[in-house]
Parts: sequence; structure tokens; C-alpha cells
Amino acid sequence: MTLTTDRPQAPGRRGSAPRRPGAGRRRRRAWAGLLFTLPALVPYALFVLRPLLTSVQYSLYDWNGIGVARFVGLDNYRAVLTSSDELTPLLHAFELIGFFTVIPVALGLVTAALLHGLPDGPLARTARVVLFVPQVIPLVAAALAWSWVYSSDGAFNQLLRAVGLGGWSRAWLGDFTWAFPAVGVIGAWVLLGLCTLLLMTGINKIDPTLYDAARIDGTGPVQEFFAVTLPGLRREIGVCVTVTVIAALASFDIVYVTTQGGPGDQTMVPGLQIFQLAFTQRDVGLASANAIVLMVLVLLVVTPLQRISKGAE
Amino acid sequence: MFTTLPALPGGRRSPSARSRRWVLAAAVAVTAVTAAACGAPGSGAPAAQTSSGATGQTVATTAPKGPVTLNFYVETGFPLPEKLAAEFQKEYPNVKIKIREDQFAVLTQNAPRVMAGNDAPDLIRLPTIVASAKDGLLADLDSYAKAYGWDGYPAGLLNQMRVSQGVRGSGPLYAMGVGYNITGVFYNKSLAARIGMTRPPQTVAEMESDLAKAKAAGIQPIVQFNDIGGINFPFQALLNQYEDPSKIADWVFDKPGANLDTPAAVKAADQIAAWGKAGYFTKDANALTYTDMMSRFGKGQGLFMFNGDWESQNLDKAMGTNVGFFLAPPATAGARPVAMSAPGTYAIPAKSKNIAATAFFLNWVHTNPKARQIVVDVTGASPGGPSSLPIPPVKSGSVVAQTLQATRELGQKGVAVDFTANATAGIYANTIKPELQKLITGRETGAGFAKALQADYAKELAQ
Repeated sequence: MTLTTDRPQAPGRRGSAPRRPGAGRRRRRAWAGLLFTLPALVPYALFVLRPLLTSVQYSLYDWNGIGVARFVGLDNYRAVLTSSDELTPLLHAFELIGFFTVIPVALGLVTAALLHGLPDGPLARTARVVLFVPQVIPLVAAALAWSWVYSSDGAFNQLLRAVGLGGWSRAWLGDFTWAFPAVGVIGAWVLLGLCTLLLMTGINKIDPTLYDAARIDGTGPVQEFFAVTLPGLRREIGVCVTVTVIAALASFDIVYVTTQGGPGDQTMVPGLQIFQLAFTQRDVGLASANAIVLMVLVLLVVTPLQRISKGAE
Repeated sequence: MFTTLPALPGGRRSPSARSRRWVLAAAVAVTAVTAAACGAPGSGAPAAQTSSGATGQTVATTAPKGPVTLNFYVETGFPLPEKLAAEFQKEYPNVKIKIREDQFAVLTQNAPRVMAGNDAPDLIRLPTIVASAKDGLLADLDSYAKAYGWDGYPAGLLNQMRVSQGVRGSGPLYAMGVGYNITGVFYNKSLAARIGMTRPPQTVAEMESDLAKAKAAGIQPIVQFNDIGGINFPFQALLNQYEDPSKIADWVFDKPGANLDTPAAVKAADQIAAWGKAGYFTKDANALTYTDMMSRFGKGQGLFMFNGDWESQNLDKAMGTNVGFFLAPPATAGARPVAMSAPGTYAIPAKSKNIAATAFFLNWVHTNPKARQIVVDVTGASPGGPSSLPIPPVKSGSVVAQTLQATRELGQKGVAVDFTANATAGIYANTIKPELQKLITGRETGAGFAKALQADYAKELAQ
């Protein structure tokens, strides 16, 4: 807060080394820019950077969240990196990328291309709304609705019975084989809308003359998609992949609401494990160390993705 | 975060890079300011084991005078505190009771932070008290126990709320029970008649034969939730019969050296696995919620349900005379009953400003005839209190009457053991739940179950 009152002094007043003309104006411009970013910067510092730093601090302590903490150095990190309990959730997180990233981006591309071909009318508008609705519904509500769909007498099993596949019906979220894909499908459903919307705005930015040129050259819709649409969407795809990969690696809400990591530990993910460590088991230090490791891991995965999507420009 | 600052030829940075550097500097400064404020986490916490009502100190036992506001923090969907508060306020109009409710899981997760805060509640529903007692968050109620004569209540009722050095069973009193619950087996009488079950099973073996008969007759033998590990009810029902109850109690109370990786635990777990294999639990047990279990059993979709007397009143309403209750049968006929049993524990935070008034309320709950009647009517559980006071009357033949009778029976000749799920904060979610889900689907053996249970327990206590 002291930053705003600490106004820059006019050049030369200090009487020290003379400055180049214009430096002061530039400096002032920098301050003005800073002033404009402050409303965003202060909450960012308070609610993102500060918790991040305190997490780093907590991760060096053995602390239950209330009592006096004991400094343990890197012991928590040692526990995170050597315990076999940590491996399964991590593997699950990477497997979720298939549902959270591959399916939504692939389907999103197809959908966006199809919708792009549609003339703007009630059909296109309805399709857009239907696809985007999952983004508007709170994730917890969506997961709750899906857990009803998946229950023994839920909509999905009713559908199976209606088409004569009653033998396949089961409590999907309680099934050791199917719980994980079932949770993954919820994620795919939620993220498909986001990807479609992003990709559609991307398509609209592609120069229409490219499409005209392609048509004059006699390409079909499939060739057009690969020759014009896909290369034109490189950046949007990069954004989609980044956002959805983070959603997969840091997933929590859907799993927490639908399965709590079960059955067994079939759907346990790092996010839920961190939550349980911190708030059920009250081992704040270990939970923080877990969280920091997860964050580093996400950065390690996402940074190269950013490079790839931008590299070609 | 993922962009690098572009450098202009000649090493000079662009104006935008310069301002970005300023922003970075500002961000660092802001965070430095916010972070510098905190030293080691928890350094401002109250010293361990402090208490406001130190033993030996004389405390007031008179009704609160003048306007007093008491704040209760209790669980959602459990109307007992609300009804008791209403009656209390009628008798003591100068007292105003404000109630804040949260879901049980949320409440237990928030409890330590809420109690450590400056506006700590005066009474809180708290299932596990050890960690909070250790952190000095709970008022020591010993002087009140002495002044009100609580220490004259049957010892088993109060001992489990005493904590010393992180071990339950002895030491200062940190909580009181409101409603002393027992667990057992509810059964559907008309389904029982269909398989020729004319009396509650007298032994585990007899119960197993009832299960087999039900399965053969196309009746669902057991309806039990296990989405979050509810098959721990039948597991402990068996364990209690096979293992020395004091050994289980030691384990739940975190006594040093307590161990449940025993032949008895393996036997009980193997039996649960066998029940799973035989199809005695529902096919969707691992996804079945508590609410769905209650609704299915209420609708007659199962012969047995392992649950506690807190559902007696609800089942009386849903099933009338078609529901019965029995304590988990012993391994050999005529042996003493051993039941999983625990009071609904309520503690007074050390930071409460109305400890004496809240203690007066707790005493009133245990001794006032109207309050005792409310406890029985709402929870179906025994109101506890002095053994000289009569148990409030209930409709004869109701399942509430049966659970109360079972409580008396247990008190006279049986043993009550606390829930194994209460042993440590993480044992239920981290171990019991996933392990039971594996056990009933043949993905874990009884030996593996007992081993995992003990290993995770030891690991958590060592932390």
C-alpha cells in the first residue's frame, strides 16, 4: 500500500548524476501503468501470491493448523517424493488428461467446424447454448446431477434397460472398473463447451478468403478442415490444451462430489488427497508440500505446451 | 507467467518491459509485506492443555442471571440441540440461544479453526476431541463435573470424554454426551417371517444362516451404505464379538502400543469379505449413500441394516411395527453383548465467554425431566445422566422402546465400545473406507485389511 503514496521525484532534484532527458517521463508512465494495474495486483498479491508463499512456509513445518508448528526442513518433501501412496493419485491425474483434454479438444474441433458451417439461426444458437451450459452450472451441481445419472436407478441405467442392455446396468460410480471413466466423462462434458466456444471464436477470426481460396481449389470439407481450419486454430488449441490439462492435473470438485476417491482408491487424485491431508487428517505441512509439488508438476507439463503452441509463429 | 521479457537490440529493454519490471517489483514488495507479518505458523495459538476451569477451583452452579446469549455450533439435519434450546429458553427466558448449523463433515473440518477464533461458540458438536484437547481448544470441565455430580454418573459414560497426553479414557473431562447412542441391527419383521426367523439371532452363526436363507429366498439380506465406508458397522459388530473389547477400546483411545492387526480382526474382515462374495450386501453397496440406505430399508428392500438408535424414531414413523432391533449377537450363545456405542459429544471451547452458563445447560439436559424426554423423543437414545433418574416413557412395542431396552441390557451386563472410525482423524476416510470397498469386492483379504488398518493408524499417530 505504501507504493501508491511513494511518488516519484522529478528528475534532477536529487542533485546526483544527471539523467537522460525523457527518462523521467518514461518512469512516470511506468508509474501510471502500475497505478492502473493496482486494483488487480493487490488482490492478486493477497489472494494468490500470499497463500502461495505461506504454503511454501507451511510445507517446511509439521503443523496441525492450530497448535505450535515444528520446523522439519524438507522432511515433508521427502515424504511426498518417496511414499508409494502418492504415486497412484498422480497416475490418475495424468490419465484424466485423456478425458479432460483429448476428448474435449478433439470433439470441440469437430463441433466448432460443424457449427461454423451452419448458417446463423435458431439451430446454431441452440447448439451453442446447449454446449456451453455445463460451463455456467457450478461444477458441484453438475457433479451432483451426474451422480444421480450414474446411480443404480439413474437415467443412464434406465436408458440401458430401455434398449435391452439391462445386464450392463450397474452403480457406475461404485464399480471398480467403471468409476474412473465415469468421472472422466463428467469432466469431458464440462470442458467440451469451453473448448468448442474458444475454437469457434478462433474459426471466426480465420481470414474468410482462405476458405474461398480453398473452395476454388476444389477442396472438400475434410480437406478444408485440415488445410485451413486446423492450422488457423493453433493458438486457440494451445489455450484449450493448457486450460484442460491444468483442470485434469489439479482436479478436485468432480471427484470430491461423486466418489470421494473411491471405490478403493480408483478415482483418488492429488487435489482430493491434499484436501484430505489438510482438513481431515489435519497435517497441514504435508498437505502444503504435496500442493507445492503438484504446482511444480503442472508448470513442468504446461510450460512446454505453451512453447509448442507459440513456437510456430 | 509463461512469457519472457523480450530484449531490444543493444541490451536496452522496451518501455513495456520496464514497466513490467516495476510491476514485478511491486508484487514482490506487496507479498513481502503480507508474508513478513507471520512467523512460525501457530505461534499465536494458546498453549497446550490450558483450561479455564482448572480442577479444584469452585464454580457457580446457579442458573445464569441477566441477559445471556449462548452460541451453539451443531450439525445440520439433527434437530436435538434446537429442541433442547427451545425448551431451555422457555424455562430461562433471560437466556437466548443462537444456533449455527453445518453439514457434519464440514463441521468437523471447521471445528478447530472456529474454536481457535475470537468468536468461538459456547457449545460445539465435536466427534473427536483428542487433537482439540491437546491444542488447548477445549474447556476442562472437571470442576463442573465435581460441582454438578457428573462424576457420579456411570463411569463408562464419561471416561471416553476424558483426555490425558493425547490418550482418551482418563484425565480431565473435555466434553459431555447428549444422547448416549448404541448401534446394532434393525430388521424387517415381515421379511424375517418369510424366512422363518422368529427371534433375533442369538449367535453370529445363527445370523449367518438367516442371511443365507434370505439370499436363497430372493430377499436382499443386508442393505448397508458403503460409499463412504458404512460397512464398518457390520465389521465392528463382528470384531466386537471376536476381540477383547478392552483391546478395541485401547485402540480407539490411541493408547500407546495398541494393535488391531490381530487374528480376531482378520477373522472379522474375512467374514465381511465372505458376505460380500455371497452377495449379502447390495450390488451397488460401494455407491450406496446413507440416505439411500435408509430409504430402501424403510421401503422394505432389505432384511437387515446395521445402524444406530438415532434412527429409531424415523424408522418407527416409516415402518410402524414392522421394524425390530437387536444388539449384534455374540459369537457363542449366552455370552455378554458387546456393542459399538458412543454418545453424541458436545464440548465447550476454551475461548467461550459463557462456560459456566453452558455447563449449566449441559447439566439441565442430563437431569431435567422435560429435557430427558426430548432427548429420547428426538434421538431414540438414552439420555444418560444419574442412574437414579428414570428413563422417560416411550410407546411400548415401538423400536425406540427396543433400542432403549437394548441400552439398559448393555449397561447391565454388556460392554460398550466406541467406534473404530473415531480412532484418528484420518483413519475412516483414508483407510477404512477404501479398504472396505476393496474387501467386499474381493480385492482385499482379511489379513491385508487388518494389516493396512494397523499400518495407517500407526503412521498417523507417529506424525
